[in-house]
Amino acid sequence: MLINDRPRLMPSPRSLPRPRLSQHTKPILIALALTYIGIILLLPLITLIYESVHLGIQPLITAISTSEFRSALQLTFLLTAIAVPLNTLFGLCAAWVLARQHFPGRTLLLSLIDLPFSISPVVAGLMIVLLYGRNGWFGPWLEAINFKVIFAVPGMAIATIFITLPFVVREVIPVLEEMGSEQEEAARTLGANDWQIFWRITLPHIRWGLLYGVLLTNARALGEFGAVAVVSGSILGRTQTLPIFVEQAYKNYQTQAAFGAAAILVLLALSTLIIKEIIGKQSGMTSRSSL
Amino acid sequence: MMVRFPGLRFTSLSWPWVVTIGYLLVLLCLPILALLSQTFTLSPDEFWAIATAPIALAAYQVTFVTALGAALLNGIMGTIIAWVLVRYEFPGRKLVDAAIDLPFALPTAVAGLLLATLYSENGWIGQLFTPFGIKIAFTRLGVWVAMVFISLPFIVRTVQPVLQELEPEVEEAAWSLGASPGQTFWRIIFPPLFPSILTGMALGFSRAVGEYGSVVIVSSGIPFRDLIAPVLIFQRLEQYDYSGASVIGIVLLVIALLLLLTINRLQQWGQHYAD
Repeated sequence: MLINDRPRLMPSPRSLPRPRLSQHTKPILIALALTYIGIILLLPLITLIYESVHLGIQPLITAISTSEFRSALQLTFLLTAIAVPLNTLFGLCAAWVLARQHFPGRTLLLSLIDLPFSISPVVAGLMIVLLYGRNGWFGPWLEAINFKVIFAVPGMAIATIFITLPFVVREVIPVLEEMGSEQEEAARTLGANDWQIFWRITLPHIRWGLLYGVLLTNARALGEFGAVAVVSGSILGRTQTLPIFVEQAYKNYQTQAAFGAAAILVLLALSTLIIKEIIGKQSGMTSRSSL
Repeated sequence: MMVRFPGLRFTSLSWPWVVTIGYLLVLLCLPILALLSQTFTLSPDEFWAIATAPIALAAYQVTFVTALGAALLNGIMGTIIAWVLVRYEFPGRKLVDAAIDLPFALPTAVAGLLLATLYSENGWIGQLFTPFGIKIAFTRLGVWVAMVFISLPFIVRTVQPVLQELEPEVEEAAWSLGASPGQTFWRIIFPPLFPSILTGMALGFSRAVGEYGSVVIVSSGIPFRDLIAPVLIFQRLEQYDYSGASVIGIVLLVIALLLLLTINRLQQWGQHYAD
């Protein structure tokens, strides 16, 4: 890909002198790009590391050993544990439907699935409040059976599912399309049933794409703030997730606690990013979507 | 997993179909319908009055102007970064490339916390501007900084693959025919790149317009100053003003759909260059 490597391969047009300006543009552009990335992306990360450890590790441990922090961590894991398997199951079904079958309205269905990416998380949360809240469509009915959705875990789980819905579908459709359906049909003519075909033929082929989608879903579910904050009512120790904990702690001037929780969240998110990079290298695939 | 009779694909409802349709209806369509129906309880006049109230207009203005400013800066810088990453070899290139995804991986609340710390009066960057009387965190500038942060990867990641496809041979041909670097850039490199730059900017803009987490922490949320539309929705909900929240929500939803249409068009335009 490098321009500078090319002359060795094809020397003929090189007899002309290359314009002088381009020799200066390379260092200038690299310096410009690195400075921008340094200020915009890396400085915040350095701030996080500095603020979490500059007073020593002890205050950090004290800050994150409170019961509020632990319940926030547990709730975040719980929401992720609900949203990721459900969206994975849905993602597999929807990807199969969209990749293997041709039907009118296929493009429409695809855009519909992409919708949560373009809707503001706050609007997503608002929709769920309007549906399950006290004055919402299901409000009176939910109240009658005494089941709390809004300001409780079920609503927060629904919000997390809504926000992370497209990831698995988007990552699995391209690998399914690339794979083609010949092998599945061959297996069928040899007498395999649906279940056998899925486990022995389809899943091994799509496993990297699927894992990729699951990781993206996981990262977004761990960090989702806007939609979950709207439906949570952020009741201390009960409906506070880790991202909400970060915001509340900061607003209450508990900076140490905020940075402690932020550091934990970032460690979780970055480990996802690193696993993603490793998979990307191993399977040679690139992501089709972004968080 | 498979439909048993190939001839009956439309009529036989296999369970992947049932799961897909059921899931989408309950978790996606129903909430959207709930939002739409909430606004139908208002008369058009009432709807218009809430949608164009001074506080709402000021919030749209802060949201869209700031998001546009962020998209413009990132449109230029993101393209330069993509160029540097694709065309130049330098130590640490792989690491820089991975760092681009940071805003995708960083939870928005954490991003807000870090930016608020960095750009506050005593923060590392904020204190550089304090002597000049410029406050960044908790003003509209802070909103802009947060939007720049979250939308940067969209531009880089959209331009990068297109740039990778561009063959350096064409540029070399232009050079060998005597074109200046400026001519080579504007006539050879820029035209096929332009649709992807615009697509990336639209994606980043769309994300910035809906952003809540980082902005709510780095701004003060004061109406007419740095209150953005998503934060206004949140404030309306806290006051149990469901109609007020829904109207602003619908406005944002419609704008998100229009942006989605624009992005699709832009991608088709870019495809036309690829073929």
